[in-house]
Amino acid sequence: MQRIECLRAVYSRLESCLVVTNMGAVASELQSIGHRPNFFYLQHAMGLASSMGLGLALCLPHQKIVVLDGDGSVLMNLGGLTTLARYHPANLVHVVFDNESLLSVGGFPTATSTGADLEAAARAAGIARAATARTVGEFTSSFHAALESNELVSIVAKVEAVGPKTYVTDLALLENRFQFHRHIARLKGT
Amino acid sequence: MPVSQTSSRAVYAALKSCGIGLVSALPETWLVHLIRMAEDDPAMVLVRLAKEEEGVGVSAGAYFAGVKSAMLMQNHGFLASINGIVSFAQLYRVPLLMLISYRGHFGERDPWQIQGGGATEPVLRALGIPYCFLDDPATVARRVEQAQTWAYAGLHPAALLLTRDLMWEDA
Repeated sequence: MQRIECLRAVYSRLESCLVVTNMGAVASELQSIGHRPNFFYLQHAMGLASSMGLGLALCLPHQKIVVLDGDGSVLMNLGGLTTLARYHPANLVHVVFDNESLLSVGGFPTATSTGADLEAAARAAGIARAATARTVGEFTSSFHAALESNELVSIVAKVEAVGPKTYVTDLALLENRFQFHRHIARLKGT
Repeated sequence: MPVSQTSSRAVYAALKSCGIGLVSALPETWLVHLIRMAEDDPAMVLVRLAKEEEGVGVSAGAYFAGVKSAMLMQNHGFLASINGIVSFAQLYRVPLLMLISYRGHFGERDPWQIQGGGATEPVLRALGIPYCFLDDPATVARRVEQAQTWAYAGLHPAALLLTRDLMWEDA
């Protein structure tokens, strides 16, 4: 299963959500499918995409928040899983694309390649609803169910360690930031 | 415990009058009363963290959602948050209001606080984060409000150092 296939499969459902990605392949591939003003790409600060998602979810309880994360980033902030679980925002879906690799820096294996299990880590942190998807079909149905549920959901998608040729995109970080901020202000205004 | 109730109340009142709706915190001795006040306030969202750096992400999320926030942490928590501050708040121009208990400065009896006490101001200066001291309950409200105003005008982190003179009442 490839990450970009998963992203394509659920792309149309992201339109009504606020989406936060971590850095690297997820950000670049989502932009290659098509950037939208409700997408924010955290192109550094590894581990904090889920923390930002938590802040958004607590402050906008009627808005669905989707965090698209990676194994390398989650491993840098395992404590953040316990904080997510502690507040268990019902409007947050945490997707972790697990390619068992720090792909963008040359593909060095992460600890999920030697047995660390991020679904089990999410459960042990207190996120009751956690699943692992190994096919695009499994991923899509888990994701759709998560969007419709009123519960914090963690989905670990096991994907191949392949990514885009380049990670730098045409979208400047600050352009993305101001666009996202304005998008939410408009949502709140309506 | 000789942590000042009066000063803690002054700091909390200052946060409230600045319209703070979310506070992230990791407990430390000087912050106990402040955290309890946030806990007892039904209008405040209190996010208890596992590590202070998470608070940068949480505050950024609140900022994008249009909610004003503050981070309560010890200076060692600030030191543990640096990549988040640099690679999120500064990189993306996100205002942060950081209230940092200034342990390890003159008067400190805990040997383990000393090294971080000495590093705090040099690191703030190296990062280009402006700071001032909260050392007198009479000026707390004004300084908190001014720091917040600056952070939002500049879209940048600002720090307030909670000093021993403010927070600790020696018996």
